[in-house]
Amino acid sequence: MNAASFRESVFLVAGREVTQRLRSKSFIISTLILFAIVLGSILVTGFIARTASDTPVAAVGAASDVVADLPGYELVEADTIADAEQLVRDGEVDAAVVSLEGDAAVPFEVVALDEAPGGIVAALSIAPDIRLLEEPSLPYGLLSLVAFGFGLVFLMSAITFGGTIAQSVVEEKQTRVVEILLSAISARALLAGKVVGNSILAFGQIIAIAGLAALGLVLTGQDVLAADLGPAVGWFIALFAVGFVLLAAMFASSASLVSRMEDTGAVLTPVTYLVMIPYFLVVFFFDNSVALTTMSYVPFSAPVAMPMRIFLEQAQWWEPLLSLAVLAVTAVIVVALGARIYENSLLRTGARVKLSEALKG
Amino acid sequence: MLQLDGITKSFGDRLAVDDVSFTVGGGRLTGFVGGNGAGKTTTMRIILGVLGSDAGTVNLNGAPLDAAGRRRFGYMPEERGLYPKMRVHEQLVYLARLRGVRAADAAARADELIDRLELTERRNDPVEKLSLGNQQRAQIAAALVHDPDVLVLDEPFSGLDPMAVETVLGVLSEFAARGVPVLFSSHQLDVVERLCDDIVVIGGGRILAAGSRDDLRERNAGSRWELTVDGDAGWVRTATGVQVIEFDGDHVVFDADPASAQAVLQRATSTDSVQRFGRRRPTLTEIFREVVQ
Repeated sequence: MNAASFRESVFLVAGREVTQRLRSKSFIISTLILFAIVLGSILVTGFIARTASDTPVAAVGAASDVVADLPGYELVEADTIADAEQLVRDGEVDAAVVSLEGDAAVPFEVVALDEAPGGIVAALSIAPDIRLLEEPSLPYGLLSLVAFGFGLVFLMSAITFGGTIAQSVVEEKQTRVVEILLSAISARALLAGKVVGNSILAFGQIIAIAGLAALGLVLTGQDVLAADLGPAVGWFIALFAVGFVLLAAMFASSASLVSRMEDTGAVLTPVTYLVMIPYFLVVFFFDNSVALTTMSYVPFSAPVAMPMRIFLEQAQWWEPLLSLAVLAVTAVIVVALGARIYENSLLRTGARVKLSEALKG
Repeated sequence: MLQLDGITKSFGDRLAVDDVSFTVGGGRLTGFVGGNGAGKTTTMRIILGVLGSDAGTVNLNGAPLDAAGRRRFGYMPEERGLYPKMRVHEQLVYLARLRGVRAADAAARADELIDRLELTERRNDPVEKLSLGNQQRAQIAAALVHDPDVLVLDEPFSGLDPMAVETVLGVLSEFAARGVPVLFSSHQLDVVERLCDDIVVIGGGRILAAGSRDDLRERNAGSRWELTVDGDAGWVRTATGVQVIEFDGDHVVFDADPASAQAVLQRATSTDSVQRFGRRRPTLTEIFREVVQ
């Protein structure tokens, strides 16, 4: 088969994979649900953060002017001190600020129920200037959310499209159409077409998710966070594109060992673990820089760990490039091995093909 | 002309195909017969390049076959299979395009075959919704949609009702008439006997007999004779040098050397009027039984 007809075959196979998938109702519905979850979770957390920021505080007399000027607090005017205390007791307000008679050092008193209200006290106090020697670290909650976000998107896409490619390989074996296909095109062209087709779908989904996430952040006024995430998301997409090719080859070649849908579970388990383990490691160890650095070079976890390090500004400019190179070389080796397994297993129907036999040919 | 020369293939230590050589002439329907596990499917897979051979060559019109040449083959594997969820027309177009046919030509060709094989009403149905007979027709269409240069069909008639067999046979004969070599295997020896110009018999991975149908029957005729007379032929049983195999009033089948057979004929002409006399040419089933044993 010459180069032109190889390209043409890959193009045709990839085209079929994409159109068949886009025609599947279950695929469309699950994709829409994933999109809704991504956009919804960002919008909901954004709005909660905004509405929660206005804390109600009661004030009496002259104190009202002071409280009204405080950012992030909502003034509830009370007529008497007793009224203000009642508002605190009822839980209508978090605290009350009342003017003091006579000449106290501070002419106000803060009234609260059973705990000193740190926030309002700090807001009413004069604080010294603060000079930090290093960049402030981002809040833990935000970091874990970002790590979780990258991890989840990677895991979902890898499992969804890895599963799709495996299913499409076994379908061809189970229905025996593969023998007709192999009489027309080479096994390598068939495999390449499947990998390309599903990679395009996975890649499209990742871009759509990134776009939706950015839209959600802008809509909820978190533009600053969106700008901070930009480079990390960019590298995530680049690493994912190469990483997915690697995973797709593994899913396809593992699936080619069996001939029936019922048997796919067993052969896909090792690959699924390979995808899940780095995801959990990254989610649990994102604040351990040694672990994160190591994982940012391990091909399976790099698409999640390296963007995390970029977001944390821990990575030198050349590090994502090196990580991408390591990933690409691994992908080339795995694709070559995968193609061999795939070629040698496609026509062996019936019992599961042993991996050693598939490699030997 | 498709030519196989010394094709050998083993799986592990089992020799599946052993030094198989035969030719499939252009414009001729060639039947490929053999029992289960005789090596038919393996041989066909090797012709198509779906399976590699350990030794031997496959030539088309004198030149070794390559991938580009094989793309122009029409193939119907023993294990039927199409994409169950893809529509008939769409699927035929896809398969034609995989073999390098341009999109517009593929669409026209697919429609033509769909009409020809009486699938017009099922054109846009997914294959899984078709009856088994119609799936079989779709499968045949898939082997023909790219207007192949050579046809290799594994059991093309199994699962077809007699009407469909005639339709398919008509299509295959058209291909043969255009000079396309057509090789098909079948368990139905009567069908092969009726349809084929040439026959190849395989058993235990080796070619047991090959040649034109008439030659093969002539060659395996042996010393069995057949005589039909107007009266009673019972006297043949007592003739010298004759062993009667079958006797039915005016009809007798017997083994004899040519001289004794001529003596029987002479006596027959002198007593009754002879309806028929001749060498009994064996049916394909008989030849098959003979060569396989």
